[in-house]
Amino acid sequence: MIPFLLYAGIFIGAFYIVRFIHHRTAIQDYTSLKTVTFGDESAVRSNRTASIISIVTIFFMWGTFTGSVLLPSFLHMPGPYVGDGQFEITVQAPDGTTDDATVFWRVSDTEDGVAPDAPEGDGAALNDSVLIRKYRSGQLRWDKNDATSRKDGALIVAINGQPVKFDHNRRDANDNIIDTKPEVQVENGTVTFTDKGALSISPSKGMQMEPIWLPPPEAVWYRFIEIASDGYQGSTLLEHLGYSLFRVIVGFFFGALVGIPLGYAMGLSDWFRGWFDPIVEFMRPVPPLALIPLVIIWAGIGEVGKIILLFLAALWIMAIAARSGVSGVSISKVHAAYSLGANKPQIMRHVIIPNSLPEIFTGARVAMGVCWGTVVAAELVAASQGTGMMIMVASKFQLTDIVIMGIILIGIIGFGIDMLMRWAERVLVPWKGKG
Amino acid sequence: MTGLSIENLSMRFDLPDGGHVQALKDVSLHLKEGELLSVLGPSGCGKTTLLNIVAGFLAPTEGQIVMNGHTVQGPDAERGMVFQQGALFEWMSVRENVGFGPSMKGMPKLDKAEIVDHLLDIVGLQDFKEKAVYELSGGMQQRVSLARCLANDPDVILMDEPLGALDALTREKMQSLVLKLWKETGKTIILITHSVEEALLLGERLIVMAPRPGRIHKEYQLPFADMGVGQDLRDVKKHPEFAERREEILGMIWDMEEEIMGRTEAAQ
Ligand SMILES: Nc1ncnc2c1ncn2[C@@H]1O[C@H](COP(=O)(O)OP(=O)(O)OP(=O)(O)O)[C@@H](O)[C@H]1O
Ligand SMILES: [Mg+2]
Repeated sequence: MIPFLLYAGIFIGAFYIVRFIHHRTAIQDYTSLKTVTFGDESAVRSNRTASIISIVTIFFMWGTFTGSVLLPSFLHMPGPYVGDGQFEITVQAPDGTTDDATVFWRVSDTEDGVAPDAPEGDGAALNDSVLIRKYRSGQLRWDKNDATSRKDGALIVAINGQPVKFDHNRRDANDNIIDTKPEVQVENGTVTFTDKGALSISPSKGMQMEPIWLPPPEAVWYRFIEIASDGYQGSTLLEHLGYSLFRVIVGFFFGALVGIPLGYAMGLSDWFRGWFDPIVEFMRPVPPLALIPLVIIWAGIGEVGKIILLFLAALWIMAIAARSGVSGVSISKVHAAYSLGANKPQIMRHVIIPNSLPEIFTGARVAMGVCWGTVVAAELVAASQGTGMMIMVASKFQLTDIVIMGIILIGIIGFGIDMLMRWAERVLVPWKGKG
Repeated sequence: MTGLSIENLSMRFDLPDGGHVQALKDVSLHLKEGELLSVLGPSGCGKTTLLNIVAGFLAPTEGQIVMNGHTVQGPDAERGMVFQQGALFEWMSVRENVGFGPSMKGMPKLDKAEIVDHLLDIVGLQDFKEKAVYELSGGMQQRVSLARCLANDPDVILMDEPLGALDALTREKMQSLVLKLWKETGKTIILITHSVEEALLLGERLIVMAPRPGRIHKEYQLPFADMGVGQDLRDVKKHPEFAERREEILGMIWDMEEEIMGRTEAAQ
């Protein structure tokens, strides 16, 4: 909730700040006065400043909630408490007499912390001392050095003078504890009881994420460098990415190689159309991921299986794109070509194929995107190399930094593929949408 | 026999619901070589259908087209067509579009380049030779269409509302261009239009078609096309006979449209 509010706050705040600055500096030119039709999508151009602030905000949020060293510490969300603390407990012996003792606790940042030195204290209950690791809570058998123990019926009746009523020995017929566990706020933490009546001390955790859930950006970066040079699970990072890309390219290539001629045949011959329509229309809505189990049964988890899967993912998309590219040719263009003396092969070559290229490119872009998603998913399921396999294995070892690094790389590569296809489209079929 | 004969043409479209439309019934017409015929008629009277049959895109249910002594079997380079819009190849430059016909014939590059250059000069698009067609205005695109058709040197040019999508001023200029090309090249031209003025200005001969079934309703021989060659077309429009004819034909088409409306209303 707090991260969301912070994010919304930055969004709105940045909007007003940028607008304020803009108003101060902008010259009121003709375009700025131009009235656009509300809802006219083409009239709304994305605001570059907003995009930049948006990206910076994501990293800022990431950094501030993970205590990243990239941010000065005053921008961090409060982190987990590290340091010492103490509180008083009042122990009541079975005979009704009470005695106070002090609990000293220490939260350590590192593996090798030591429990704080505690003066022994006096009376029936002696002082205790406990060491707690950052982000964890600590348990304290408060009676371990006392004259009377829990077994004898000794109870804590107050924490920091605040009366508590909890006796873990009072059980109902089902052996459930009757008393509800009190939670007492002490300085920098909360104290409650375990089922066995020991004290459970939870130092305040702050608002940062534990690295095991979300490592800070720099940890991901260092992991990236480490894996780029040393590799992970027997392959270097480049090999993992290369395997995934190789599978996509080979699968897509064969998918296009079969799909485009198939689509053309379907667009030009009613027999082909009739024969393949049911197959294509049935296979198209089947998500390629649903084919993974079958492909594994048939072809195993090796390269062949993955390439078959990607081939199938690309095939239907390319066939449908080529088909609609062919059927989309306007009849007057074909007529014009005929009356200019073109014969059938010439019309195919000079009219139908160029006319279908924009559709085929759109199909190729979609197919590449689907293939990229499918290959990662297939590698998550079963593979011995590949980006998906890398993050799946890492997640089993709770190496969240590798997982996040992998996700970022998958995103960057997917985005890169899309950009590349768009660029190719602009260069190779500039007439797209101009017909 | 030279020229273009349309002989007892009938065309019936079968509809998917089992009914049918009689788009043309018993249409006969003979065009001498070098004649310019304009065709008028209310919407749906079968003008496009007639032109498509002449072009060879449609086979008539009855009758035939005879051109220079042989029966038309399908589309051919001897009958060129200028479409209303959207029939240019947007993946080709202006030059490639105009040179399409010669390329298909396998004409040597140099000869082709000469023809293309000549035609682009005529239609005034020499400076736009290497441009993509979608970068041109509507009027320029129609000039490319015209040049593309002429590059193939057809005997007959068929035009289905070629100027319909243009603004009034561009349209006037294009009308002059069509007249000029007609006189210079001596092509036989059939021009379909919705504009009575255009039909009068450009047509040496004019037919008005009537709907349901599509047939020739009335035919005129007109002097205005000859007057208009090389002249300001606005002067031609001031001719008293021009105004008289225009009113007459407008009234005729108006009555036909009224009748269609009446019939559809009665049917409802
Ligand atoms: N392919 C077709 N299938 C069925 N009916 C058709 C077909 N083509 C045309 N028609 C019908 O034939 C009649 C004549 O159509 P056509 O397109 O020739 O009219 P038109 O005179 O060119 O009209 P407009 O001036 O609106 O272009 C119309 O009633 C139309 O509905
Ligand atoms: Mg028409």
